[in-house]
Amino acid sequence: MSEHLLETRGLCKSFGALKATDNVSISLKPGEIHAIIGPNGAGKSTLIAQICGGLAPDAGQILMQGRDVTSLTTQARAQAGLGRTFQVSALAMEDTVLENVLLGTLGASGHAWRFWKNASNVRDRLDQAMAALERVGLEKVCDQQTATLSHGQRRQLEVAVALTLEPSAFVMDEPMAGLGAEGTKKMTEFLDGLRDQAPILLVEHDMDAVFALADRISVLVYGQIIATGSVADIRASATVRDAYLGDPA
Amino acid sequence: MIPERFITFAVPAGLFIIAILAFWTDEPFTITLTTRVAILGLAAVGLNIALGIGGLVSLGHAAFFGLGGYAMGILAYHAQTYSPLTLGPLVIEGTKSMPVIWIVAVVTSALAALAIGVLSLRTSGVYFIMITLAFGQMLYYFSVSWSAYGGEDGLSIYLRNEFPGINTLVPIQFFGLCFVLLCLALVLQARLRGSSFGLALNAARQAPARVETVGLNPVRLKLLAFVISGAITGLAGALYADLNRFVSPSMFSWHLSGELIVLIIIGGVGRLVGPVIGAALFVALEHWLGGLTEYWHIGLGAILLGIVLFSRGGVIGFLTGKAGPNV
Ligand SMILES: Nc1ncnc2c1ncn2[C@@H]1O[C@H](COP(=O)(O)OP(=O)(O)OP(=O)(O)O)[C@@H](O)[C@H]1O
Ligand SMILES: [Mg+2]
Repeated sequence: MSEHLLETRGLCKSFGALKATDNVSISLKPGEIHAIIGPNGAGKSTLIAQICGGLAPDAGQILMQGRDVTSLTTQARAQAGLGRTFQVSALAMEDTVLENVLLGTLGASGHAWRFWKNASNVRDRLDQAMAALERVGLEKVCDQQTATLSHGQRRQLEVAVALTLEPSAFVMDEPMAGLGAEGTKKMTEFLDGLRDQAPILLVEHDMDAVFALADRISVLVYGQIIATGSVADIRASATVRDAYLGDPA
Repeated sequence: MIPERFITFAVPAGLFIIAILAFWTDEPFTITLTTRVAILGLAAVGLNIALGIGGLVSLGHAAFFGLGGYAMGILAYHAQTYSPLTLGPLVIEGTKSMPVIWIVAVVTSALAALAIGVLSLRTSGVYFIMITLAFGQMLYYFSVSWSAYGGEDGLSIYLRNEFPGINTLVPIQFFGLCFVLLCLALVLQARLRGSSFGLALNAARQAPARVETVGLNPVRLKLLAFVISGAITGLAGALYADLNRFVSPSMFSWHLSGELIVLIIIGGVGRLVGPVIGAALFVALEHWLGGLTEYWHIGLGAILLGIVLFSRGGVIGFLTGKAGPNV
């Protein structure tokens, strides 16, 4: 087994003349939180989409535990242990909170091809789903329709669904976006504990959260990684400050 | 507001009671109307699985209705003319047995739905609607030109097919048969909707990206829903042909596909007995307004317009005060 749970090698993706991903090589090691930061439109979500499937890179490779998964579908990568959360919540809004998490357990166990037995009557899966909801603090609203959740609760639900997959690596696109101070603090604490379960590739705009959580930070600007290093390295880097952080951090 | 569970039981029960009353008061024509409701309802229940749960707006479900109809027509035609059907080296005897005809209808429509689904599900939205329409029309024109089975004129079957232990020529008995099949389809849909498959399919309609990221294939889920859907609509086609003792290319026409969608919208998209309510209103209007004027579809159009404008969730949405099945 490779040291890297997740790795990209020389990833490139252009939209017409726009180089959204320009020779990106990053990695994710066991137990770490690797944050990707960068200005709006830098290509962070585009990078995530290529890692998780759904967007094919023009060049380069994606590896999971040393295995080339570049040509695998999104489903296959999920089954191989990738747990993703979206920048814009992708949830079944008409369904209840519990049903959304149950969906995760179905995928994880490959049990979606059962046609008769009631989905929410399977003890193990129900327990697993409720456990995931408890971890993110949504157990009290489990019977509520997802559309009625606040923005912050939807972010938490995204994470809960990813938890049910028991992935070997998490890939999260701005889990703190729109959470508010209190919510951000809670999510930060939660992710801090989560890294022991599986490492996290974390795209995030909230610098306080990133500096509090990250073991490593990569800075993405115009599709290129301009710097990778520890929190201290990145804070100290003049290039990064000029290109992105703007005001002294 | 009326609980949906009550409506779910009351609607089939109501249909059954009307048929029984018509039997007691000796009005066979009313029984025939209720049979029509049961059969059109069954066809639309089939479509509702694809459309209501899977979000697949198929404008080609007449393809399956027609295939079911012609499965019955062809088998019965060879039985009544005592001429076997020869397909190359294969020689098939015709049959008057409903169960056999139903199995052939279901299998044929399921296979057709598999083929059409595999090709159509590469697209979505308007393209999906158009490609399913195109397949339906292909079969329509094929049936028009298929002179061995009546071509444009269709095919008459002199005697209704047989079901063991039942005299299918007696209207109330044939109604009972159709009604039981309708109820079985409703039970199947209810179980399906609550099952793991239903949960995943329902999510695939709302958020396909989510379904993929938990490791499931939304297209495969929808394809299976389309096949089940087509099979049920095909069964309804076989019954419809038996009700009229006649099949013709009109069973393949896109009007019928459109009408099935209208039935669902009137009753309530994705609602279990929505298609039955839609079918009942459709048949009632066709009968009463159709007796007054040739343009009775205008009345249907007005109802449809009223429902789309004022009640999201169709008649059931209006009665329950809930716009969607999951709200
Ligand atoms: N499908 C697409 N077609 C064309 N251009 C695209 C497409 N997806 C993204 N882009 C462009 O690629 C660039 C990178 O977009 P991306 O969403 O990856 O940025 P981001 O770093 O995630 O930004 P944000 O911080 O706002 O989420 C943007 O200029 C965007 O307009
Ligand atoms: Mg983004």
